[in-house]
Amino acid sequence: MPKRIVSGIQNIGHRVIESVWRLGVASRFFMLVLFKSGTSVRRFNLVIRELYFTGVLSLIIIVVSGLFVGMVLGLQGYETLQKYGSESAVGTLVALSLVRELGPVVAALLFASRAGSAITAEIGLMKATEQLSAMSMMAVDPVARVVAPRFWSGVISMPLLAAIFSVMGVFGGYLVTVVFIGVDEGSFWSQMQDSVDFRFDIMNGFIKSCYFGVAVTAIAVFEGYDAPPTAEGVSGATTRTVVTSSLAILGLDFILTAFMFRGVS
Amino acid sequence: MTSENLIEISGLNFSYGTRAILKGIDMTMQRGKVIAIMGGSGSGKTTLLRLIGGVIEPTSGYVKFAGQVVHELERDALFKLRRKMGMLFQFGALFTDLSVFDNVAFQMREHTNLPESMIRDLVLMKLHAVGLRGAHHLMPNQLSGGMARRVALARSIALDPMLIMYDEPFTGLDPISLSVIGNLIRRLTDALGMTSIVVTHDVQESLKIVDYVYFIADGVIAAEGTPHEVRKSVAPFVHQFVHGEEDGPVPFHYPAQSYQKDLNLENTRA
Amino acid sequence: MQRTTMDLWVGLFVVMGIAALMILSLKVGNLNVYNPSHSYVLSGNFENIGGLKVRAPVKSAGVVVGRVTDIQFSTQTYDAVVTMSMDSRFLFPKDTFASILTSGLLGEQYIGLAAGGDEVKLKDGDKIMKTNSAMVLEELIGRFLFNKASEDDSSL
Repeated sequence: MPKRIVSGIQNIGHRVIESVWRLGVASRFFMLVLFKSGTSVRRFNLVIRELYFTGVLSLIIIVVSGLFVGMVLGLQGYETLQKYGSESAVGTLVALSLVRELGPVVAALLFASRAGSAITAEIGLMKATEQLSAMSMMAVDPVARVVAPRFWSGVISMPLLAAIFSVMGVFGGYLVTVVFIGVDEGSFWSQMQDSVDFRFDIMNGFIKSCYFGVAVTAIAVFEGYDAPPTAEGVSGATTRTVVTSSLAILGLDFILTAFMFRGVS
Repeated sequence: MTSENLIEISGLNFSYGTRAILKGIDMTMQRGKVIAIMGGSGSGKTTLLRLIGGVIEPTSGYVKFAGQVVHELERDALFKLRRKMGMLFQFGALFTDLSVFDNVAFQMREHTNLPESMIRDLVLMKLHAVGLRGAHHLMPNQLSGGMARRVALARSIALDPMLIMYDEPFTGLDPISLSVIGNLIRRLTDALGMTSIVVTHDVQESLKIVDYVYFIADGVIAAEGTPHEVRKSVAPFVHQFVHGEEDGPVPFHYPAQSYQKDLNLENTRA
Repeated sequence: MQRTTMDLWVGLFVVMGIAALMILSLKVGNLNVYNPSHSYVLSGNFENIGGLKVRAPVKSAGVVVGRVTDIQFSTQTYDAVVTMSMDSRFLFPKDTFASILTSGLLGEQYIGLAAGGDEVKLKDGDKIMKTNSAMVLEELIGRFLFNKASEDDSSL
């Protein structure tokens, strides 16, 4: 029995050491990517190409999800608020929840599963088929040429996608409550504008989505670059990207919210 | 000029952790020759190529390329050196997101400031050399295995390197593609005055085209010689390898305890 | 995919994203109503601020003219010091009256400014001298009961 306990503790220790070590490797890789980003700035075409894959191709899922999330928020908010006779505050409810939380977080979760996994799979496959080795044998640094442009495209497109998500959500809420249910249009917008603050709500949401963009793409490129060069290796890395970045988004969201809205109602 | 030798390898050792892969390799490779490195799977052939390319560093000994010790170079000098080398990977390793044309043009665009019109001419010339000028607009996933290998070959000669390394160029090809690739290696080496190192275990095909053969087994050079010498060799290892015999110095059975013991036959008798 | 088509899509995507940010700032948010880059600061001491919060609006005649930026407790006067950032388009006389009001019965609290008649206007960093505290429900009820009791006393 004590033997089993000892081996259990050993197991825990092993996992902790393993994950701390991996975190270290990932941070070093992240620094390397930042350090080698000069090529992405000088040859911005490389980033534009990747923006198409990370940004433009994520648009549909972001627009549709944003619209539906906003419509549901409008419907649920109306149901609850009308009990207190304050259904005109539904605009405030929809806008604040979207701009502060749901926009950045849900858009980032969608982004992680749409673009993050694609980045991991692509880099992992390039590694498995020796394309990265071939590149480095051609005296071209794969981190600068392949990884950095993908990283920056993610960092750029994430806040834009989050903003599009929020706008679509507000529009969805407007559709349901004002157009379908018939809440007064004027009070919908004016109450919203009264309580949504540029500095505290919109800027903070924007900053959040920037952090999420960095986190998701950093995880995605690392998992891809680090993947064992086999089919199972790549598929495992893709799954890990989605899981790890979703957890990272939610964890970061809590930390950032705690910092941003501390002391403010 | 330090003699006619493009590559000199001396006392080369390499180990992954405690596992020794290469144990004291000495080789010289002359300019303008096609050299084959043969050996069973996992005998350290590919490791040798990676050492020559400076991807990994030797545990001891050195690789000298055109008079420079590869592993002592700084990063920038190493990258400069690699522009004089080409490498053909096992399955071509074409960039799947670029067309055939862009694959061949890749190094020219990365390393030179040539105008696009000149790049176009050069790329078509390289593709013509491997007989695929007409396929320049295709994507890699539209190519057969042999064609992909030829495009990769065109890509590796894009900057007219002094050395091309071929990692298992014959694997998984049909007989026609196989001899096409073999003849291309020979022709391009002669026409461009390069040196070629072919890592392979396809004995018959490579003996037709190479000038010199090294056999590697267990991390050491087991035998070497011209194709003629190799064919005639009576050394048991070479004989087994060249003629593809099942058992010999390289045993059929992985080392194990006695068969009877494994089947518990001794116990039942006892 | 042609380079130009890709460029077009990426361009559209970026324009959409920036437009979304603009819509959020102007239509959803209050950037147009209140621009903090042209503002001046006023403060006032209140005996009791009730439920007033930072970022609550400052209104005059129902129009938002500024926002509460800071609420501190003063250990010298033992009351609350409320700092407001005011839209610089709106200047108020020196004898302006500031009171903490509630929008609706249970709505949020805000500062209402009632302009006085002084010729001199309040400048950046000035203090509003005439303030009126928030209504606190318990005090209100207490005062009501007290009055009722004294009424009953006098009627006896």
